[in-house]
Amino acid sequence: MLRLAAFLLCLLTPLGVTAQTEAVEEDVVLGLSQKRVRITANFDGSEILLFGAIKRNAPQPEGELDVIIAIAGPSEPVVVRRKERRFGIWINTESVDVSAAPSFYAVSSSRPLDEILSENANNQYRITADRAVWTLKSEAAFAEAVLRIRSNNGLYQRNEGAVEVAEQALFRSTVQMPANLTEGPYIARVFLVRDQKVISLHQTVIDVRKVGLERFLFNLSREQPLIYGLLSLAIAIAAGWGASSAFRLLNRG
Amino acid sequence: MQIYLPIAEVSVNAFLLLGLGGMVGVLSGMFGVGGGFLMTPLLFFIGIPPAVAVATEANQIVASSFSGLLAHLKRKTVDLRMGVVLLIGGLIGAAVGVFVFNYLKSLGQVDLLVRLCYVVFLGIIGALMFIESLRAIRKMRQSGGVAPAKRKHRGWVTALPFKMRFRTSGLYISVIPPIMVGVLVGILAAIMGVGGGFIMVPAMIYILHMPTKVVVGTSLFQIIFVTAFTTLLHATTNFTVDMALAVLLLVGGVIGAQIGTRIGVKLKAEQLRILLAILVLVVCGKLALDLLLQPGELYSIGDVEGH
Repeated sequence: MLRLAAFLLCLLTPLGVTAQTEAVEEDVVLGLSQKRVRITANFDGSEILLFGAIKRNAPQPEGELDVIIAIAGPSEPVVVRRKERRFGIWINTESVDVSAAPSFYAVSSSRPLDEILSENANNQYRITADRAVWTLKSEAAFAEAVLRIRSNNGLYQRNEGAVEVAEQALFRSTVQMPANLTEGPYIARVFLVRDQKVISLHQTVIDVRKVGLERFLFNLSREQPLIYGLLSLAIAIAAGWGASSAFRLLNRG
Repeated sequence: MQIYLPIAEVSVNAFLLLGLGGMVGVLSGMFGVGGGFLMTPLLFFIGIPPAVAVATEANQIVASSFSGLLAHLKRKTVDLRMGVVLLIGGLIGAAVGVFVFNYLKSLGQVDLLVRLCYVVFLGIIGALMFIESLRAIRKMRQSGGVAPAKRKHRGWVTALPFKMRFRTSGLYISVIPPIMVGVLVGILAAIMGVGGGFIMVPAMIYILHMPTKVVVGTSLFQIIFVTAFTTLLHATTNFTVDMALAVLLLVGGVIGAQIGTRIGVKLKAEQLRILLAILVLVVCGKLALDLLLQPGELYSIGDVEGH
């Protein structure tokens, strides 16, 4: 019956993703409401629905099953700077290069993470955001600053209880993608967890990119910066000239 | 209506930008200033990255100055020869300014530099204007509206070599002071994202002793070319000119400027100047507080250079 449900779900969603071919007893069949996020001129964030079913090759084991969904944006090196008071004013003094920090990171889980995931499993699969920001131990304050600033901007999210699991077999969750997204492949991982251990991992990619005018302007500014600059000036001059002649006509009329 | 800015990579309300453009446009029309010194800090406040704000504002100033220059050219109140001399200085200054800007950006100090420049220059100009307009108003009350006698003191400017005749301004002076003024304004334009009219106009009157009627037109002439050059430099070295942002700001700005000009005609010069001085001091004070008070977040995240 469950298999049938999973099969139907797969059929119903054109975006249904086939599970990884690992030999596990419980596996994930995942669907997404969209596999692409298009950043258009009036983009103000996006909501992605992830849903799926659990496929079993054996009878259901003991213990409650939990689901964790982690979505990570492209990882980039960043510089983190700290302000200090010098000569009476606050200026940047110390800085640390963080070799990798995802531009976006959302972890959703069916129950509080502390209760369902062991420290070891978290370390092994790098599930929570603090495991995704790489710095030296001595620079922990700077890594914490990245987590704090990006959490405040809605770029790092921890949504405990946001995954609904029904009958130990079906799950669904929505993830809010904020408006200030950067482009690139976003990797969505779905973990099945039982007894504090990860028993299955399923991975898929959500493609976030600028489209249309946004894409055109961005590419032009990087590939033909001189033409882009001249075009900006031409628009500026046309607008200034247009406005003054329009108002002159208005005054005359 | 939210709009995603392709270069700044932030999403902001389009009407907020149109409104800001319009508001600053009204003020710039009223006071006859470019408005860059107000717009750039306002863009910082709404969360546009400073590098993008400075570069884009340079582009917007081209638009807002252009219609003004056309009007002055028609009235023949532009000293083209002086404008070209100031421009030569301005281009050198802009190149130096963008170089300094990029160097400090790599050190992570560009925010500080931009803010410090604002605090220092807005503070000085605002205070001077405030004191002078207060004095003018007091004098008007005492003497019943007699204009103060014009000083004929030329000083060190006449003693320098490389003299040149500027017919429109009726001057025969060395080219060194105008070039120096141009360089200074060019540096400021590149670093602060302003036209620099608020520095150049007093410098033209008090240092170069140019007649007041050609000062504004000539400064607009210089500003357009220097800010256009700055825009190109920022666009090709930093990729920080945001066309979508510029368009929204300048649509609001050019409309606002036309309205502002109409309001400005109805107010007295001294009242205008004291209002402008207060405005400048308020912006300066806000920026100074940001530097002096402990920020809520001591850490900031920046891009790795060359990325």
